[in-house]
Amino acid sequence: MTEPRELQALLEEWEPVIGLEVHVQLATKSKIFSPSAIEFGASPNSLTDPLVMGMPGTLPVFNQAVLALALKLGVATSSQIRARSRFARKHYFYPDLPKGYQISQFDEPLCENGHLDVITRTGLKRVKLQRIHLEEDAGKTTHVGAASHVDLNRAGVPLVEVVTAPELGSAEEAGEFMRSLHRLVRWLDISEADMDKGQLRCDANVSVRLRGEDRLGVRTELKNINSFRFVEHAIESEIVRQIRIIEGGGRITRETRLWDADRGQSQPMRSKEEANDYRYFPDPDLPPLVVDGPIMGQILRSLSELPSARFERYQRVHGVSLDDARTLVSERALADFFDAAVAAHPSERGGRMIANWILTELLGALHATATSVARSPMLPTTLAALVVLVENGTISGKIGKDVFEESYRTGEAPAAIVERRGLQQLSDPAALWDIINRIVGANPKQAEAFTVGGKDGLFGFFVGQVMKETQGRANPVITSDLLHKRLGR
Amino acid sequence: MPALTRNEVEEIALLARLQVEPDELDRMQHELGAILEYFAALAAVDTEGIPAMTHAVPMDLRLRPDVAEPSLPADLALSGVPRRDGELIVVPSSIAPPGRAGTGQKP
Amino acid sequence: MTTQFWSVADTARRIAAGEISATQIVETMLARIAAIDGELGAYLAVDGIGARAAAAEIDRQRAVNAILGPLAGVPIALKDVLVTRGLATTAASKILQGWIPPYDAHVVDRLRSAGAIILGKVNCDEFAMGSSTENSAYQPTRNPWDPTRVPGGSSGGSSAAVAAGLCAASLGTDTGGSIRQPAAFCGVVGLKPTYGRVSRWGVVAFASSLDQVGPLTRSVADAALVLQTIAGFDPRDSTSLDTPVPRFTDALTGEVRGLRIGIPQEYFEAMDDEIRAGLTRTVDALVERGATTVDLSLPHTKHALPAYYLVAPAEASSNLARFDGVRYGQRVEAADLLEMYARTRGAGFGPEVKRRIMLGTYALRSGYYDAYYKKAQQVRTLIKRDFDRAFQFCDVILTPTTPTPAFRFGAKTNPVDMYLADVFTLSCNLAGLPGISVPCGLTSEGLPIGAQLLGRPLDEAVLLRAGGVIEAAVGLGERRPAGIGGIA
Repeated sequence: MTEPRELQALLEEWEPVIGLEVHVQLATKSKIFSPSAIEFGASPNSLTDPLVMGMPGTLPVFNQAVLALALKLGVATSSQIRARSRFARKHYFYPDLPKGYQISQFDEPLCENGHLDVITRTGLKRVKLQRIHLEEDAGKTTHVGAASHVDLNRAGVPLVEVVTAPELGSAEEAGEFMRSLHRLVRWLDISEADMDKGQLRCDANVSVRLRGEDRLGVRTELKNINSFRFVEHAIESEIVRQIRIIEGGGRITRETRLWDADRGQSQPMRSKEEANDYRYFPDPDLPPLVVDGPIMGQILRSLSELPSARFERYQRVHGVSLDDARTLVSERALADFFDAAVAAHPSERGGRMIANWILTELLGALHATATSVARSPMLPTTLAALVVLVENGTISGKIGKDVFEESYRTGEAPAAIVERRGLQQLSDPAALWDIINRIVGANPKQAEAFTVGGKDGLFGFFVGQVMKETQGRANPVITSDLLHKRLGR
Repeated sequence: MPALTRNEVEEIALLARLQVEPDELDRMQHELGAILEYFAALAAVDTEGIPAMTHAVPMDLRLRPDVAEPSLPADLALSGVPRRDGELIVVPSSIAPPGRAGTGQKP
Repeated sequence: MTTQFWSVADTARRIAAGEISATQIVETMLARIAAIDGELGAYLAVDGIGARAAAAEIDRQRAVNAILGPLAGVPIALKDVLVTRGLATTAASKILQGWIPPYDAHVVDRLRSAGAIILGKVNCDEFAMGSSTENSAYQPTRNPWDPTRVPGGSSGGSSAAVAAGLCAASLGTDTGGSIRQPAAFCGVVGLKPTYGRVSRWGVVAFASSLDQVGPLTRSVADAALVLQTIAGFDPRDSTSLDTPVPRFTDALTGEVRGLRIGIPQEYFEAMDDEIRAGLTRTVDALVERGATTVDLSLPHTKHALPAYYLVAPAEASSNLARFDGVRYGQRVEAADLLEMYARTRGAGFGPEVKRRIMLGTYALRSGYYDAYYKKAQQVRTLIKRDFDRAFQFCDVILTPTTPTPAFRFGAKTNPVDMYLADVFTLSCNLAGLPGISVPCGLTSEGLPIGAQLLGRPLDEAVLLRAGGVIEAAVGLGERRPAGIGGIA
């Protein structure tokens, strides 16, 4: 593993150029061209039918939900949607490819020239997408000694393939892209995108060139990256490998390499044939796929505001910090909660405080009870009401936390809790002065030690006593003010 | 369009996963070459701006509702499999597939 | 007339009327098959058990006066590229030897629902690739009119079985003429519907954009009946047309007055003299009955053969990629996967199939795709446009079905020569049009001659109408082949 400092030094001279091909499994009930069900972890070869088995005479029939989900992604990435796109056959022989060809799309894909706004640590970065197209998944082959075992349950599962332009400039950016895409497809409810289940898979095309150089270097294709962690690690490792070769006077071979997570390195894939001709041609069993106005209208109506748009709005309009905004858009239910709370708040600028309460108190409580945001027992309107009580001084922030806990647990309205338990903040200066007088009078030694003796820490003692006397309701700011007056400094 | 070279015939046989004996290869090279020569005439046809034929009666792709139907019981689906291990299909060990998305397999 | 040569219509009528039982029909057929098919070679598999059970069921229903389907008790043979549940389906190839499918083709579903009885699977060229049935990996089929000659192909088992009275009708498939040409060679009616008219679900695919299932029968009326049963929308086939199916039986009006018959010059240049004579008689007969002829040109006809022999093998090479010994069919084991594939497919496919796979693979290679497959697909459009233009001036087009009558076994040694046998039938598939071959006489050697009619898309009715008139005027009447199992 390369030391970060060493990598940094290399990257001053060398520019990585990275493009990603990401396969996303779409969350439909049945497969893309056959009505067999989809289920992770089912017993082998139990989710097949004659079509999935590639039996002669079988024919594909296209699942309309696949189109709807793919179009959502196309629209969300501002892609050009093709009014008539075609399926193409991509030929190669492999035991888990039952027909000897994969039904995919070639020169007439569904979506082209979109972009994904990646939410990074420093803001939004726009990554161009060359295309998004539809295809079917293959089954699974596992190697057992001198043989291979094939399970076709996954064959025919619908995928979209998202291909970026080769413009990611670092392994970190690639990682951020994957996270943003992961978030987006979950946001749109088009995929569970669990990398452990193989529902999100990533291949990376990596090359390097000297900074300032226009020409692209020879690229390699990196496969078998099946977790987020590996994305950055594998790509970084490949960048370093390539730089070392070139610096050593060698040349990069255009090849496909498999990432081996256990060894922390990649190996070239051996292939007996050099000729890798997929012999694409339009699938004669499937007429052109037409997308018309009404379909598009339906899709547009079904989309809510996207993560990147909300990320911007939260900062610009509601004054939320970049980091907080990033967290809020990590999950649509959380962003929706925030929006609903803000809507219930009298001012737009309440967003900052609401964000704070959501990210600390609410998420804390949800986590402690292993509850998802979508199932939060506290409603956004309730949280907003609580925030208003703190903002307008009815209760102190500290008391607010207490009220939050009770309201979350019992569902009782914050205002009712405050009323019932008499938790209103005591802000009347006259009343506070009385109390302060009494307390200072009752503690002459400490008063003197503070005022004359310079023992600053004793201020906290007096604040504490006031709070105890008032069951925590004393307005801390006014209390502090008056105490300073009474104690003389 | 030139006649086929012996090399090309071998390449095509490999692409098509067809074992062709050397004498068969010779014959095939000859036959295919003759057939391809015959087709050279097509090159002369003016097809500028002519769309590829799709269907005699033009049609769009029909969409099916997303409803899962019962699958074939594994035993029936696998009843013709020449070599099995329980519910898994068994084949001789493979060389890694050409240009396919990562499937979590060890190389 | 004897039972074996009853028409579909007659058989169904007599069973419905209780004049004869389905069981008797089946027993008669099974006996005749046992008697003469050893020599004829039409059947690859006879399903005695299934046929008898189906017949018994029909008879049971008849006994309780249940409503019978339109083809109840009619014995049918299926070309072995039609998938049948529980009944071996080989496509006449070794690579599928022993495969018992777990499902039925759509057309088989339709036949069963109509009460038809499946007698068994009949022979064909391997994967429907050929024009003589000589490419079957299992056995040759002989022409019942002359056993030294081929029955045509690829549906040669179908045409022979129908001609020899070994079934009432057969379903074949037609990709470049494979129903019509064998029908012509065997003196029976063969109809290829409009592409999309009949579902391809369960039809072992040869060339997906060209294949269609159709009937081979002893009369035009029977063809209408069978077509009625199998035609119509099937949601399992994305190329299936969702258009209404007319009552084809209504088409046989016997009327051709005012019918404009197109005579394309390109189809009347090179052919056998006796074929030409047969066609002339046919035209005269139609004109006598009030039809008119229109001379036309289909200028792209000469490109049909090369276009077909690029498109069909390309699609075939793709469709046959699934035969790899992994999930069904025969496998030749080997130490590594690539060898297993190569040996399995090398041993399992016959030479013509291999030739076409090689050709098709070549045509689809990147770098060659534009010049070959794509070009051929564009030429198809030009061929279709020729027909569209022609149909502005005529209602139906008449041509010979084949340039020669049935040839002898082993006559076509050069593959290109074999391909030329299809020259009159190919364009119809390329353009997706419906076509029919109707017998219009015998040569001096007693070999059948076929007249072909081509219609507009979805106009099978005009083919049946004009075909019916040709049959009545110049057809074979009651003449039967005497070559094998001669029966009056």
